[in-house]
Amino acid sequence: MSAEVRKLGMPKWGLSMTEGRLVAWLVDEGADIAVGDEVAEVETDKLNGAVESPVEGVLRRRVASPGQTIPVGGLLGVVAGADTTEADIDAFVADFEASFVPGESEEDAGPAPETVEVGAGTLRYLRQGEGDDAVVLLHGFGGDLNNWLFATPALAEEHTVYALELPGHGGSSKDVGPGDLDFLVAALAQFLDAVDIERAHLVGHSLGGLVAASLTLREPSRARSLTLVASAGLGEEINGEYLDGFISAGSRRELKPALELLFADSGQVTRQLVDDVLKYKRIDGVDAALRSIADHVFGEGRQHVLVADRLAELGVPLLVVWGEQDRIIPPEHARHVPDSAEVVVLESSGHSPHMEAAGDVNRVMERFLAGV
Amino acid sequence: MARRITYQQAINEALAQEMERDETVVIMGEDIAGGMTTAGEDDAWGGVLGVTKGLYHRFPGRVLDTPISESAYVGAAAGAAASGLRPVAELMFVDFMGVCFDQIFNQAAKFRYMFGGKAKTPMVIRTMWGAGIRAASQHSQSLHPIFTHVPGLKVVAPSTPYDAKGLLIQSIRDDDPVIFLEHKMLYATEGDVPEEAYAIPFAEANFVREGDDVTIVALGRMVLLAQQAAAELDGEGISCEIVDPRTTSPLDLDSILESVENTGRLVVVDEANPRCGFAADIVAQVTQEAFGNLKAAPRMVTPPHSPVPFAPVLEDAYVPSPDVIAAAVREVAGAAAPA
Repeated sequence: MSAEVRKLGMPKWGLSMTEGRLVAWLVDEGADIAVGDEVAEVETDKLNGAVESPVEGVLRRRVASPGQTIPVGGLLGVVAGADTTEADIDAFVADFEASFVPGESEEDAGPAPETVEVGAGTLRYLRQGEGDDAVVLLHGFGGDLNNWLFATPALAEEHTVYALELPGHGGSSKDVGPGDLDFLVAALAQFLDAVDIERAHLVGHSLGGLVAASLTLREPSRARSLTLVASAGLGEEINGEYLDGFISAGSRRELKPALELLFADSGQVTRQLVDDVLKYKRIDGVDAALRSIADHVFGEGRQHVLVADRLAELGVPLLVVWGEQDRIIPPEHARHVPDSAEVVVLESSGHSPHMEAAGDVNRVMERFLAGV
Repeated sequence: MARRITYQQAINEALAQEMERDETVVIMGEDIAGGMTTAGEDDAWGGVLGVTKGLYHRFPGRVLDTPISESAYVGAAAGAAASGLRPVAELMFVDFMGVCFDQIFNQAAKFRYMFGGKAKTPMVIRTMWGAGIRAASQHSQSLHPIFTHVPGLKVVAPSTPYDAKGLLIQSIRDDDPVIFLEHKMLYATEGDVPEEAYAIPFAEANFVREGDDVTIVALGRMVLLAQQAAAELDGEGISCEIVDPRTTSPLDLDSILESVENTGRLVVVDEANPRCGFAADIVAQVTQEAFGNLKAAPRMVTPPHSPVPFAPVLEDAYVPSPDVIAAAVREVAGAAAPA
């Protein structure tokens, strides 16, 4: 068996993904592909995304056809050198099909979430990668570590990535104490201590951005860099109707319109996504925790904690990413950061560019982190 | 965080968490602890199949073994509910409801209405339903249509461990009498269930599977059999959407209509008797509300109008099977059976 024949497999996006449907191929057979090239469009019950090639070479065979559902780790295509024989490719496909067991692939053996006890309660996080530098990812209001499903594996190639769930969110404790920003910032600091991270690249989306920035202002030595994605804390405006709608929704019919505001393309909001958020929101204590955080940080439909002016004093490398079609926090807030910051505004994305334009956001973050 | 547990464990956990949270929650029934007045251990049984096992010692004085007199203790539960407790009464089998119909239909279901809204009756009656364990005609029935028929009762029939826990917690917190139906063939099924307490609102159907060609409405164990049929039909190019109403009263008709507006075709699978049944009710309501969307006559898949047979071969033939469900779907889809 020729060593350079490589599998292009169905990726695993998020902890619960077991299979995906190939929507379309984005490259032809015979095309040269590099690591990170988008090669196929895949749809899961939760979302659509582009598969990036983990290997380089020539796409020798498109094994899966559009419309086909493939288990995680299953064969989408074969990448090899231009000189590999068709017989070797046939043998590779036959070998793979003979030995592949869904649910037991390398892709499936991804990291499982862990928990740590700190003063703020139990915190759940996903750790991936073995790099020297730590990257800590913080989701937004009502989110969880799965919001970073595209960023986590991409950044884990060079760094040790921790996708943390803030108190009141995901699998972390639902008790948010006084329910203010200080409690969330303290939880982040306690987490860094508990997992023994002295300095990290802090990456935060929306509320998570404000938490990351606030910790950086309080203890600048803890942040190697700061990445703010559609972040809170940079201007007063915020969509209060969204916050109320999200918190008060108890049914699929009420929640769906609120979630649609998070994306430029409301087709991203599948029934499964709505169900997953409802499963979280139904847990005792969640709505009270969300209400408390919202009242403290975003009460009466405006942001109470603004950090933009103070970021200039820090000297911490700063990246700001926004979707131009953000309907929750206006992208104009990206202009409020110091001139030294790198600002990237993505045209076709809403409030969740790290999900909606994951490939672009990953590339921007990878380049930024490499230059720090 | 979620982990895999059984439907039976999910029900036990819901009871334990609500008893922990609210000291007015008490449970009562025949042998729900078991072994009383004998030389053996207390809590010897934990109910017929052990669903309440372990609660007796954990909640002293709040797990009440009753005499074999359903009419007495269901009446006691209704009275206790009207005067401040949140009782959960267990009837071994739904078939035994007949001896306490007055307490349920004329008392519990009517208190709020006849006392001008000034009374509430936060009681739950948990019971086992459905065929499949060779328990014959008096221990195998599916009687949800009878309770659904009576205004003032809420009727819940979960099909998964996740739904069982969340709907039982909602039932206990609800201020009206709830008939909570546990399918005996589902107790050993496993699924992801959060450790924390959570409540699933009534009248929120679950889309078990999305599809574009035919809507299958199914309840309880029939949801699992419909999933098997849908998997088979998928291979034939027929895409089924499965909607599990989860509660028959109140009913989330909107979700069923939403699905039928998309597919234009409806099959209702139900384990209850066909006459004046749940399947007939759904078909009637969809036909009335969405006639213009229907591309074919809806079909009901139910057992024959007969008592549940004891002979295993007959019982198996009586319960709707995935094959029978698949045949009905092909018929409304206008598709031929595979060769």
